[in-house]
Amino acid sequence: MRGSSFLEKASSELPGAIIGSNLEAIDPWIEVVAERIAEVSQWLKKTPESLFDSLECITAIDWFEPDAKKAAKVQWKPHIEMVYHLWSTVARASIVIKTNLPRWKGDVVGQLPEIPSVTGVWRTADWHEREVFDLSGIFFIGHPDLRRILCPEDWVGYPLRRDYEMPLEYHGIRAR
Amino acid sequence: MAQMVDDDPRIIEFDVRTDEMLVNMGPQHPSTHGVLRLVLRTDGEIVSQVESHIGYLHRCAEKIGENLTPRQWIPYTDRMDYLAAMNMNLGWSLTVEKLMRYQVSEKARHLRVLIAELGRLASHLVGMGAYGLDLGTFSPFLYAFREREKILDLFEETCGARLTYSYLTVGGATADLPPGWLEKCEAFLDQFTPLIAEYHSLLTTNAIFVKRTAAIGILSEALAIDYGCSGPVLRGSGVDQDLRRDGESIYTSMYDGYAFEVVVQKNGHYPRDHAYPPVPREAVVGDSWHRFYVRMLEVVQSVDLIRQAMDRYSACRGPLGEPLKINEKLPVGDAYLETECPRGQMGFYLVGDGTPIPWRARARSSSFSNLSVLHELCRGCLIADVPAIVGSLDIVMGEIDR
Repeated sequence: MRGSSFLEKASSELPGAIIGSNLEAIDPWIEVVAERIAEVSQWLKKTPESLFDSLECITAIDWFEPDAKKAAKVQWKPHIEMVYHLWSTVARASIVIKTNLPRWKGDVVGQLPEIPSVTGVWRTADWHEREVFDLSGIFFIGHPDLRRILCPEDWVGYPLRRDYEMPLEYHGIRAR
Repeated sequence: MAQMVDDDPRIIEFDVRTDEMLVNMGPQHPSTHGVLRLVLRTDGEIVSQVESHIGYLHRCAEKIGENLTPRQWIPYTDRMDYLAAMNMNLGWSLTVEKLMRYQVSEKARHLRVLIAELGRLASHLVGMGAYGLDLGTFSPFLYAFREREKILDLFEETCGARLTYSYLTVGGATADLPPGWLEKCEAFLDQFTPLIAEYHSLLTTNAIFVKRTAAIGILSEALAIDYGCSGPVLRGSGVDQDLRRDGESIYTSMYDGYAFEVVVQKNGHYPRDHAYPPVPREAVVGDSWHRFYVRMLEVVQSVDLIRQAMDRYSACRGPLGEPLKINEKLPVGDAYLETECPRGQMGFYLVGDGTPIPWRARARSSSFSNLSVLHELCRGCLIADVPAIVGSLDIVMGEIDR
């Protein structure tokens, strides 16, 4: 089943969930409503035409306010973009899901943006979501054990945020 | 011990009530392959739960990638999977080329196959030797490193480095092979090929080795896919997938015209396994023994591919082509690419914003996903089997922690 007909089927079975797509991109992607990511994932995994049974990667991209020199050129408003790369071991095909989140929940600095967890769909999401939580500061609703994974548990801040500043010291160790 | 844990492996030793104990293993344990810390919940000798703590080698390479141009980031990819640095260079280079829609010359294409397969050979040799070490036999390690040393010598001649090469780069390679290199490589392969049988006799059919690995840490096909396992771990579970054949066209086109069969068991047989010891009766698909055996057969496959690549490379006339400028501007857009590294599918994700420096560089590690399945494999096993299972996953912590 090729791109456009598959997209039609998805849009009709998941009304309102898919709000954008680009099948001509280098990696064809669909954009979904953040709150319905788990539902769309479940559908993509179970639908016989696709069977995207393997989650490869979860990435959070921090589209931070551009600096003054570039501000005129860019069109984006500050936000976080979540990118899920899926792979089907049956059809040997891939698809990308994208979804947008605010940088902070309710625009209150320090309040992590929230998105439903997909651990119930693919178990590999467990560690990947922990990593995204750890480095990019995204809260995954429904994750069974959301702890830092790469940084120490008492680390402060989210290093892959664009406005992150390395602490001066960590337990008496000079950090910068 | 298997009969004691027939139903729910967590209900253990129910006749003898013993106390549960938390055993800390690592991060400086020799058989955790680097700095991996495992916390085992044990009841007597039986492990009921394993929790992995990672991150001891975390350098936030992705953050560094947001501050350097793709070619400047190549040395950081070396330091992820430092046992297969050539393959990591290749994965990142191809991702950048995918975003830029750039095609390297045919000569560079064959050079890359040649170097990548040689890298796979070196990596699997370490995998085999270190696995023996995990199980308490020292000699295979020495034999494996003896041969790996010769590959490192060959690599040293190409780029001057022995471990972190940065040789394959965006747009080809930093330099062409030096004169006389192919003859040395040929001589190495001629000397190496008969030794493979020797390695098999050292480990594959060794009674103790079989007892320690067969039917230990069985990973079912469904579980392997669910956890995103890849590479020999996935193929050891009987899933017929190898990105060199099934991947994206920019990667598979490198292997166009090459003859190779994916190493996976079909109808109880591996491709061309008649020359090598048969699968022992005790082994079950998906266990540690099968993961090891897949690696051993991939060694043969790589030797084969190297020979083919050498023929094709030497048939190519003309120059190799210059790599791209170090500050080449990236187009706006994103590209994700996975390549088949020795440890599994290593993915790189690149977001460009029109400047030479990527907006986001992401590395999806294969060992990371392979290790995340560990707690499933270790449920109900003996403490002594934990190193046997961890070793069979063949992880590299530099790649997991990045």
